[in-house]
Amino acid sequence: MKRLLSLAFAAAVGLTASAASAQTLNTVKQRGVLNCGSNGSLAGFGLPDAQGNWTGLDVDFCRAVAAAIFNDASKVKFVPLTAKDRFTALQSGEVDVLARNTTWTSSRDTSLGLNFGPVNYYDGQGFLVRKSLKVNSALELNDAAVCVQQGTTTELNLADYFRANKMKLKTVTFAAADETVKAYDAGRCDAFTTDASGLYAERLRLANPADHIVLPEIISKEPLGPVVRHGDDQWFDIVKWTHYAMINAEELGITKANVDDMKKSDNPDIKRLLGTEGKHGEALGLSNDWAYQIVKLVGNYSDIFEKNVGMASPLKIARGQNALWTKGGLQYAPPVR
Amino acid sequence: MSVTTGGMEKPKVSPLYDPRIRSIAYQVLLCAIIVFLIYSAISNAAENLQKARIASGFGFWENTAGFDISQSLIEYSTASSYGRAFWVGLLNTLLVAAIGIVLATILGFIVGIMRLSKNFVVSRVASGYVELIRNLPLLLQLLFWYNAVLKALPEMRDSINLPWGSFLNNRGLFFPQPVGQPGFNAVWIALLIGLIGSIAFRYWAKKRQEQTGQQAPVFLVSLALIAGLPLVVFLAMGSPLQFVFPERGRFNIRGGVEILPEFVALLFGLVIYTASFIAEVVRAGILAVSNGQTEASYSLGMRPGPTLRLVVVPQAMRVIIPPLTSQYLNLTKNSSLAVAIGYPDLVQIFTGTVLNQTGQAVEVVAITMAVYLSISITTSLFMNWYNSRIALVER
Repeated sequence: MKRLLSLAFAAAVGLTASAASAQTLNTVKQRGVLNCGSNGSLAGFGLPDAQGNWTGLDVDFCRAVAAAIFNDASKVKFVPLTAKDRFTALQSGEVDVLARNTTWTSSRDTSLGLNFGPVNYYDGQGFLVRKSLKVNSALELNDAAVCVQQGTTTELNLADYFRANKMKLKTVTFAAADETVKAYDAGRCDAFTTDASGLYAERLRLANPADHIVLPEIISKEPLGPVVRHGDDQWFDIVKWTHYAMINAEELGITKANVDDMKKSDNPDIKRLLGTEGKHGEALGLSNDWAYQIVKLVGNYSDIFEKNVGMASPLKIARGQNALWTKGGLQYAPPVR
Repeated sequence: MSVTTGGMEKPKVSPLYDPRIRSIAYQVLLCAIIVFLIYSAISNAAENLQKARIASGFGFWENTAGFDISQSLIEYSTASSYGRAFWVGLLNTLLVAAIGIVLATILGFIVGIMRLSKNFVVSRVASGYVELIRNLPLLLQLLFWYNAVLKALPEMRDSINLPWGSFLNNRGLFFPQPVGQPGFNAVWIALLIGLIGSIAFRYWAKKRQEQTGQQAPVFLVSLALIAGLPLVVFLAMGSPLQFVFPERGRFNIRGGVEILPEFVALLFGLVIYTASFIAEVVRAGILAVSNGQTEASYSLGMRPGPTLRLVVVPQAMRVIIPPLTSQYLNLTKNSSLAVAIGYPDLVQIFTGTVLNQTGQAVEVVAITMAVYLSISITTSLFMNWYNSRIALVER
């Protein structure tokens, strides 16, 4: 089925005229719903529960885009995509934005006809192994069988890392994350590799999570962010500024809980962000209170981080590199002015 | 109407109403529309790709692939090119398809004949197998076999030790790899001579039987030529063969020949699924041969074995071959479901990883479709040739 879909996408890329033209905002408004390419099986980033309610950091990012456009965070249709189908789905216009823990690389940015928005999660690749193997470092994995998901930067980093360290490697590659984890759990591989955030999330799904440890090495840079098609600068701006609005809100101390009080603030930065002063929303093609809607309906960056992957979630990942620049992290947003 | 009757002249009609001219005009029009559609689709695709600044062309073929493949019949490393990865995938597809076709044919014929057996238990078992397997989706069966294979086998450290230094565990089956030493080529030559010799002998024996009615021990002579001759040469050369035994490493088993569980699961699934269809094809083919043929054969004093072999099956083959061909094509195409269980076939490697890493969906999908098309056409050409060879020759 997935293959059929990707074939259809490929055909759609070729046959439908001007799928990538500069009218994404109008198309989305007319349709009345944002099509968001999501990860359908990664706790913390994109995962529907039994009732079909989606949760995750990337999921909330799409909700924030919908909040900015429609003043309604629920007007999102989440399209679950595998790693290997995701770019074709975006290129063909199947989804308007791809927020699926996608690593920003030069070749993806240039030759796929895509633009990467700001990084909404700084990640790095790691390894999960069984404790019983008594392995303490990834450098001891010479000759190991490693389960990996297809169509990811992970697959390439893994091969590079083993090649650089002159180690032998046996990869077992699967198209879907579920099968990859299942095969690792069944003992087909010695190690499972993906982004570190994913390792913590997937470990929870194993039969005995306590029997497995994440090795200390982080072997790559994985800046994850939302992606849009080339050729629509307005849409690209909206996606970028959705993230920046959430970062700026956190920096200014505006949270989901206090955003209504903050609207009365005299601080000019807050006034500009929440739209009580200036016409910064109109310039984006949105209403002037777009950022207010994002924070009110979805939250600031800290709200969605803690809820989905941070201390309020089962993953319990520390902010680390994803802290604000004022707190020693890498999250930084240009000012609204 | 080429026959003119009674010297009547053809009435003159306007070309507009001439059925021949009309039909030609319609066909030309249809061809023009098809050509135009194809042309506009291609040029539209090229234009859109350029507009979206998506890389196109086949330049990626020579680029470094940078990913690893778990099974390759030819030399492959992460430093190899995408083109190399394509060949690895293609060979893996052909490997599983070729072995699958042979095994499915054997199993299918056995089950098909079992279904016709007069023994109640045998025929019920066969029909139960066919009805069960034929009615379950193949993908489900593949997942079942993969999980059954993986779950049933022990972990690496509790590997089952098999004779001759072989191991079996959930990483696969490992057995010693025979490595020919200098002088081993003589054995291959002996085998070739044996094959040619046995074909020649069979031809001679057939001619002689046609002329004199005397039978020659074809089977025994062929066995002696094909198996015996190479064996004698092998021993005469001083057994020029060494084995590389698999050894346990810290994580995996090194050396020797390795058969991946993914391969076994895919092969099992494909063979068992396709054999259930082949069994029905075979049964239908045999039932299509009139009972009178069997009775006539018996009345000439032939025993049931030769009757089946010499009278029924050759006639049944004419009915069997065309649907059998489409089963072979199905098996080959179904092998692309390997992607679900991690066997590195053409679709998994090429339209999976390579497509994703290069992002060139149009080119990669077009190449893959062309490959499956050529495999299928080659298979059907061969089967058509075989079909015309065994077709009923009327004398």
